[in-house]
Amino acid sequence: MSAGTVALALLLGFGAGILAGLFGVGGGILFVPTLVGLGLGQLDAEATSLLAILPTVVAGTWRQRHYGNVRWRTALVVGLASIAGVEAGVQIATELSEVTLRRLFAVLLLIVAVQLAWRACRPTTYASPS
Amino acid sequence: MRLVLIGVVAGFFSALFGVGGGIVIVPLLILAAGVPAHPAAATSLAAIGITALAGATRYGFEGHLDVGHAALVGLPAAAGAVVGATLAQRLDPRPLTLGFAVLLASIAVWLLV
Repeated sequence: MSAGTVALALLLGFGAGILAGLFGVGGGILFVPTLVGLGLGQLDAEATSLLAILPTVVAGTWRQRHYGNVRWRTALVVGLASIAGVEAGVQIATELSEVTLRRLFAVLLLIVAVQLAWRACRPTTYASPS
Repeated sequence: MRLVLIGVVAGFFSALFGVGGGIVIVPLLILAAGVPAHPAAATSLAAIGITALAGATRYGFEGHLDVGHAALVGLPAAAGAVVGATLAQRLDPRPLTLGFAVLLASIAVWLLV
């Protein structure tokens, strides 16, 4: 990896983190296109995004813990149950072609974009970050 | 039982798209499990920690994990997220959110072409 690529990755990561914190979305939806932009294939970008999410998630949980907002038992049940879903998701993602996976991801982005626009236009349902 | 179902759906979604799954977990916790909005978002984060770790490990076995890139993007992002969360409390979210929606739609178009 060249120094330029490293600098670009750090900059994009920082920018993606700001946007994630600002809009209350997880980093993943931004990390995947960032990693694709840095030259990774769609599947590698998705896999790597899951690892890249962890520092942000740990920091975010740590902050929320101080506000007493985390329901640990619920989180544990949902988190442990998710492992079964993860297995199915990995199976399907590795079966699909890169192009199909990228298109599916693009559709997901569009859905989130519409959902955010909807939320912005209906202030009563907007959940302001605590 | 509902929580288990929410977890399975979120895990599938997370691994398929390489995202945390908060877009799925937060509304489901609110609508299907009756958790209020702020605890739902915070609880979702904690659950995602387990989901993302499981997904990354599983993809690691398949040889799709790039640890170097994950660190380069993920570590500065954690710092950025703290900045973003602080900014969110001082700015009017509506025009910003619309701008962000346009940005996401643009990325989608870039990925599609």
